[in-house]
Amino acid sequence: MFIGNGNQGMKKNDLVLIIGILGIALIVMLGVQLYQQKVAGGGALVVVTVDGEERGRYSLDADISERIELGDGTFNVLEIADGYAQISEASCPDQICVKHNHIRYTGETIVCLPNKVVVSVEGGMDRGVDTSTY
Amino acid sequence: MKNRKIALLGLFIALAFILSYIENLLPLNIGIPGAKVGLANLAVMVAMYTIGEREAAALSLIRVILVGLTFGNISMMMYSLAGAVLSFFVMLMAKRLKIFSICGVSVLGGVFHNIGQIIVAILVLDTQSLLYYLPFLIAIGTISGVIIGIVANLIMARVSKTIASM
Repeated sequence: MFIGNGNQGMKKNDLVLIIGILGIALIVMLGVQLYQQKVAGGGALVVVTVDGEERGRYSLDADISERIELGDGTFNVLEIADGYAQISEASCPDQICVKHNHIRYTGETIVCLPNKVVVSVEGGMDRGVDTSTY
Repeated sequence: MKNRKIALLGLFIALAFILSYIENLLPLNIGIPGAKVGLANLAVMVAMYTIGEREAAALSLIRVILVGLTFGNISMMMYSLAGAVLSFFVMLMAKRLKIFSICGVSVLGGVFHNIGQIIVAILVLDTQSLLYYLPFLIAIGTISGVIIGIVANLIMARVSKTIASM
């Protein structure tokens, strides 16, 4: 419909461009996925979600300190050290997330309700204790 | 600048402002930060092809500042400014190359708007993990670019004669 419409319509070059860009996007997407799998292969991941949306994944093996900015000056600082993740600093009034114990086992979470931040561990070791006896 | 051009530019700025407002009313919530249709780019595209390149640059800049002050905050304005500047620069290059139609130029504009935004976001927030969103943003930029390009094409076919004869 828009092809071969003289100078006004979509040119063949446009189609080449669109297909090229989408191809690059696809390749980058696959590359990122492979890279993530490689990172995840090392062990447990710390998944950070903000208001239900995933914000980032970090390996539990690497020691990092990540400042999660939430806009309007609110923030949480995620710290991963020695295979444990914790919130070391936060702008929230109650500081429950900061006082929370550090986490390392699959399914463990730290929640910061005021900032709607959830930090949880995925794909790592199970806690050695049965849930019913815990 | 002739009076005619000034009046037209004012008209287009108002149009771009309203289009941004409409887009603000209908947020495209697909879980990817910064994903937008970029309706205002429609006004920038048509202005670039009908009024002039310099006028379109002014339009793009003024729109970002107006919209940032009205609906957003300073950090939002910074992201969209980076996106707007980069995308305008790329669109101008693409237009001057003369190998793409409006549609191709618009696609490049949409893609580079998102790239500019995410680069600033990575620099400001210091989180490389935002790069994971890049391919999705590129794909979304392409799709919205095609839509905006086709609509701009339809508008141009009707409007360019009127503007030229004014």
